[in-house]
Amino acid sequence: MKLHPILAALRKHKAGTVLIALQIALTLAIVCNAVFIIGQRVERVNRPTGIDESNLFLISQQWVGAPSGDTADGVEKLDAMQKEDLVALRNLPDVVSVAPINSLPLLNSSWTGALSLKPDEKNVGTRTAYYFGDEQVLPTLGLKLVAGRAFNAGDVQHQGARDQRDPATVMVSKAVADKLFPQASATGSAVGKAIYLNGSGKPSTIVGVVERMQTPGTGSWASAFAWNSTLVPTRMDANFSRYAVRTKPGRLDAAMRAATPALYAVNPLRVLDEESIQSFAEIRDKAYRADVGMAALMGVVCLILIGVTAAGIVGLTSFWVGQRHRQIGVRRALGARKVDILHYFQLENLLIAGVGAVIGVLLAISLNLLLIRQFEMERLPLAYVLTGVVAVLALGQAAVFAPARRASNVPPVTATRAA
Amino acid sequence: MFSYYLDLAVRSLKRSPGLTALMVLAIGFGVAASMTTWSVFRAVSGDPIPWKSSKLFVPQIDVWGPQGRSSDGEPPNAMAYPDAMVLMRDHRAKLQSAMYQISPSVVPAQAGRHPLNVSGHAVYSEFFPMLDVPFLYGSGWNASDDTQRTAVVVISSKLNQKLFAGANSVGKTLNIESKDYRVVGVLDNWNPQPRYYDVVNSGGFSATGEDVFLPFERAIEVGMSNDGNTNCNAVPAESGFVGLQHSNCVWIAYMAQLDDAAAVTAYRNYLDGYAHAQQQAGRFGWAVNNRLRDLPAFLDNQHVVPSDTKVSLLVAIGLLLVCLVNTVGLLLAKFLRRSGEIGVRRALGAPRSAIYAQFLTEAGIIGAAGGVLGLLLTGVGVACVGWVLPKSIATLARLDLPLLALTLLVAVVATLLAGLYPTSRAARVQPAWQLKSN
Repeated sequence: MKLHPILAALRKHKAGTVLIALQIALTLAIVCNAVFIIGQRVERVNRPTGIDESNLFLISQQWVGAPSGDTADGVEKLDAMQKEDLVALRNLPDVVSVAPINSLPLLNSSWTGALSLKPDEKNVGTRTAYYFGDEQVLPTLGLKLVAGRAFNAGDVQHQGARDQRDPATVMVSKAVADKLFPQASATGSAVGKAIYLNGSGKPSTIVGVVERMQTPGTGSWASAFAWNSTLVPTRMDANFSRYAVRTKPGRLDAAMRAATPALYAVNPLRVLDEESIQSFAEIRDKAYRADVGMAALMGVVCLILIGVTAAGIVGLTSFWVGQRHRQIGVRRALGARKVDILHYFQLENLLIAGVGAVIGVLLAISLNLLLIRQFEMERLPLAYVLTGVVAVLALGQAAVFAPARRASNVPPVTATRAA
Repeated sequence: MFSYYLDLAVRSLKRSPGLTALMVLAIGFGVAASMTTWSVFRAVSGDPIPWKSSKLFVPQIDVWGPQGRSSDGEPPNAMAYPDAMVLMRDHRAKLQSAMYQISPSVVPAQAGRHPLNVSGHAVYSEFFPMLDVPFLYGSGWNASDDTQRTAVVVISSKLNQKLFAGANSVGKTLNIESKDYRVVGVLDNWNPQPRYYDVVNSGGFSATGEDVFLPFERAIEVGMSNDGNTNCNAVPAESGFVGLQHSNCVWIAYMAQLDDAAAVTAYRNYLDGYAHAQQQAGRFGWAVNNRLRDLPAFLDNQHVVPSDTKVSLLVAIGLLLVCLVNTVGLLLAKFLRRSGEIGVRRALGAPRSAIYAQFLTEAGIIGAAGGVLGLLLTGVGVACVGWVLPKSIATLARLDLPLLALTLLVAVVATLLAGLYPTSRAARVQPAWQLKSN
């Protein structure tokens, strides 16, 4: 089929042609970026934390009238109180293991610092989040040990939460081990090495490496070191404490209900309300709520856009078909087959959508550049744009099919009738 | 004449119900998406204290030097204790307060009730007049309570409701962290969003209000530790909360009221002078790098409005634009299909302005219908916001009269604009051609 008659006809419908092309261009630009945002958020939400998230919950409680964590005597008393709580929780029937801990992945309450291979290096090193726990931390969180050994009871120390002390032993995530010892061929070679925490002059020895453990921070500031976790075998003593609890399979709710009375029985003078006890599923839900919401919003916008654009093409093409009713009849009477008429409208739409898609690609890239500059978005991969182009061309063809079919069914006899 | 055009428009719209529904749906969805995201944006980007924000300033002092600065050369956004104390002592602003976030326990006086946790701030007496904090009963404490470290407390109306059944509790006693405090004031509903007086620790937005305010130096004296961010460029030399107070770690928010440009300049000079003195004393080994931003500038600098909110608004406006382009196309088709009718009207003496009036009436009706649909969908959208956004932000998005009015207005004005081009094309129809071809 020749393009010339189509182009000549389009010249008579400049406004409509421009409007459809513009609509397709804008749709392509927005949908590409929106789908890219959805893809990024879905990827973010689906990142495994490295811990076994099922059957796990967290207790965050605060003692009333607790001794000060600033004095040596107070720290000992607080530690005794914490140990009493741990015993009570470990004795619960549905509980498998309990570990005192300062935070969990995705909890957004973090303790961060830097690790280096040399002593007394200030403000440099590998950024990391610290997890303080005891010898139960690995089984409780379900972390996977890939080299070395887990903490044993002999490693575990305790200290006031604001005291600065260098632990003799630490465990690190594989991400940290790879960053600190990039030349090492095997992860295991990090084991036994000395590292210095937060510019300290005293070394800490790496005794084990876990495969993966996400840091507590979910904000953009934390994304640069999201997998750099360091485990320290220390119970932190303050007027508050957190306990990670692993329950028997299917007994999460029962164990969560049993925890409050058990702790009140140990000591009623504490703050322990419904917000103090949360399952890991709740923590995850809260951490990613904004991301899921953004993805949902972008999804809704895309659906509306595609619907509106498709409907717009149907509407305008239908109008053209109605307007050219007589001309179609003339062509049919002069020997054009039904399929020729069908192809005419399909090709016409392909041309308009093609021009729209070219403009749309430029708009999509400009919009992406704007988002990069203003909102620290990432660069839109070409695959998204190309998929988008194919998608809008397909959308145009799908939308034009019904009106084009109607056009092809115009009988040749129309030509002989007055309009 | 208007009622005649109205009648004509309704007839015309009824003749092609599919096309009409399509335009109304497009306008409705486009407007609703924009208005829903706008309601969220409006809620988070609003000025929390519009009558005074230009007089409230946040000083920043560079205690860490070049190595501790962020990539854009900004000094820390909070203050170290020693600096905050000097600024409070020198008292160079009209009103000022250092503050830090606390999260103490409160033991209800009633027997059998479990202790509860409350959030709040340790502040100076000038905090209340500086921020125009509204009181239901009583008032804040005075400057002598600051220096004498009196055990007094200002509580929220919510906590007053919980512990004193809403009665005037001024003069009553409250057990905070096992020590008795005398209630001197009960706040009226006060939960400004963003929590502008301490953005550093609140991260901007917080679903629940603050329940207690204690004198700063009292809280320090009893060792009530800070709850929130503590940022250090070096490990504190001493341990404990006291060690934190002696360190260069930043954890204190600071706000000062400066009424005019002269006061701002004087305060800026004072801050620079302080940094110079610290340089001389050997504490700061770098050039002066202070900041003194007013509240709107500080909130902007701290990126308090989440970027997701802005991106959503941008995308929703894009959607509205596509819906409008769509409407222009469909109206064009619809109007030009009636070229014959227009030709007859023009031939019978109708001026172009009459054609404009007729077709813009039709566009206006579509806009109004789209606006009504948009209202319903905006209602649904705002209700669903809680489902997709964090609680602290979702609770701020409200459906109020200005939003409803704006929704209708945007729908009608946008559709009229979209109708302008098709109408001008309709008005340019040549009567002779139309009559001839018929």
